[in-house]
Amino acid sequence: MRFLTVSGPPSSGKTSVILRVIEALQARQKKIGVVKYDCLMTDDDLLYAKKGVLVKKGLSGSQCPDHFFVSNIEACVGWGRENDCDFLISESAGLCNRCSPHIKDITAVCVIDNLSGINTPRKIGPMLKSADIVVITKGDIVSQAEREVFASRVKQVNPGAVIMNINGITGQGAFELTTLFEDASDIETLKGMKLRFSMPSALCSYCLGETRIGDEYQTGNVRKMEA
Amino acid sequence: MNYHDLLKIPLAQLLAEYPYLEDFFSSFGLQLQAGDQTLQQYFDALDPDKLLDLGLSREQLGKSLHDFLAGMLSLEDSTEKVESLTIIGGYDKSGTAEALEITLRPGQIICIVGPTGSGKSRLLADIEWVAQGDTPTRRRILINGAVPDGKWRFSTEHKLVAQLSQNMNFVMDLTAEEFVRMHAESRLVTDPEEKVTQILKQANQLAGEQFRSDTPVTSLSGGQSRALMIADMAILSRSPIVLIDEIENAGIDRKKALELLVREEKIILMATHDPILALMGDQRLVIKNGGIARIIHSSDTERKNLAKLEELDNTLLALRNRIRSGDTLEVIIQ
Ligand SMILES: Nc1nc2c(ncn2[C@@H]2O[C@H](COP(=O)(O)OP(=O)(O)O)[C@@H](O)[C@H]2O)c(=O)[nH]1
Ligand SMILES: Nc1ncnc2c1ncn2[C@@H]1O[C@H](COP(=O)(O)OP(=O)(O)O)[C@@H](O)[C@H]1O
Ligand SMILES: [Mg+2]
Ligand SMILES: [Mg+2]
Ligand SMILES: [Zn+2]
Ligand SMILES: [Zn+2]
Repeated sequence: MRFLTVSGPPSSGKTSVILRVIEALQARQKKIGVVKYDCLMTDDDLLYAKKGVLVKKGLSGSQCPDHFFVSNIEACVGWGRENDCDFLISESAGLCNRCSPHIKDITAVCVIDNLSGINTPRKIGPMLKSADIVVITKGDIVSQAEREVFASRVKQVNPGAVIMNINGITGQGAFELTTLFEDASDIETLKGMKLRFSMPSALCSYCLGETRIGDEYQTGNVRKMEA
Repeated sequence: MNYHDLLKIPLAQLLAEYPYLEDFFSSFGLQLQAGDQTLQQYFDALDPDKLLDLGLSREQLGKSLHDFLAGMLSLEDSTEKVESLTIIGGYDKSGTAEALEITLRPGQIICIVGPTGSGKSRLLADIEWVAQGDTPTRRRILINGAVPDGKWRFSTEHKLVAQLSQNMNFVMDLTAEEFVRMHAESRLVTDPEEKVTQILKQANQLAGEQFRSDTPVTSLSGGQSRALMIADMAILSRSPIVLIDEIENAGIDRKKALELLVREEKIILMATHDPILALMGDQRLVIKNGGIARIIHSSDTERKNLAKLEELDNTLLALRNRIRSGDTLEVIIQ
């Protein structure tokens, strides 16, 4: 089973791009499973189900969705295998720019959009900087030169990635992207594999549910700004 | 010069030669200081805690640095010149073979005509992707008569094709000059300032209405944006093939714009229904039902009509200018 992790900022076009890729893969009679991770709510699972692919959704609630992701993804890979999927795709929103779901030796895709501002590529952490494929969406809204400038800013922070412009609505470029999905890592299990980058060591009282403000309530790994 | 040689050069010397290296590090939140230290020494001395805070690992930064330097060095390789582009026919939407082979050469203008949905954009996309029977049309594209190197497909340094697409909007909060400079820098050209001056000057020669270099790109008119994009493409782009997808024609000197691109010895393919542009082309590919149905070579009679069309066009342009200056149109031909 080929497995890929797809992540990116909210509303960057992850679901749209995955849907366009699904259409192209289905045209080649492939069986596809999607695992959708989100924090509070998502309707993306309905969109995937409409395409007739297998869907599983996980809501992390009070946890960082990427921490939640890594605690659950191995079981999901098992689920995909049991169901004889040819492809398993995970979608997770990068809500915290510091965490990233990307796993070593698993094809990692980051979706980012042209409207997010030229400094955004610099601000996103390992989710973008360690991805193998960077998909840039919403190029239909801006001029060619602006697309190039944006892509060059992405290239600067991840010079080794394959960078592709995809239109999440019309699917322009999705065919080409699908050929890269066909080359994605073929796996049996995630056991023994490692994240590409450690997740932040946030273990302070607030992680554990504290709401009160003041020094006396702050325990664990607390860091202070310079005055 | 290879990657390992670069690592041994003192930063002062390295930065003088490759000034954009500084921006590479600053995009990761790191500062590179010109001095006696070599790049390797600088890299080895980076504080692991600081890297962790920046969301970086030494391993990943090392890989990025390697990829960046490799890309930078590959710009110095002279790329193989594109002497010809061959389109080998595939199948239309009904599965009928196109059964043709078309070879295009630098300096030629090829127009692509056909109704909406007929497959004009698909043909342009086949060329951009250097299709090898692996797209819905099953067309194949050859460069200099052979299946080209895979590098054309994904490389940003050696892009085969530059595309000028319908949309001319900007969302970036930059002036025309800042924008062009950022674009020039992103291409890692050695003389960005000179390029910026050239592009702004050229754009103003193409635009119907002049604009200043401190005009925000978001307030350029459609014609001014198109002029800026064409000048930018002609002067900055190294790509030997230019694809133009149904560009609107108002507010720009079309003839000068095409001449500028042709002068740069590019192969130009243009999806258009504009009669003047169509007649400026050497040939027209007529697209029907996803396939190239016919090839029309512009005839001498057609070319003679071009002069008439231009006259009509100038008449309309003069009327437009009169409206702009507050004139009435009770008398159309003065
Ligand atoms: N214009 C345009 N809109 C897009 C494109 N890709 C996605 N969108 C729109 O952007 C919005 C967010 O997309 P979605 O796929 O839900 O993003 P996600 O949150 O990353 O999964 C939706 O309204 C999409 O229709 C694109 O290439 N062009
Ligand atoms: N030969 C072909 N076989 C199968 N599908 C095709 C073929 N040519 C074009 N198409 C598809 O037809 C649709 C319309 O084509 P497009 O290039 O967007 O048309 P146009 O630009 O002329 O409006 C696209 O989805 C395209 O992929
Ligand atoms: Mg989504
Ligand atoms: Mg089109
Ligand atoms: Zn997190
Ligand atoms: Zn905490």
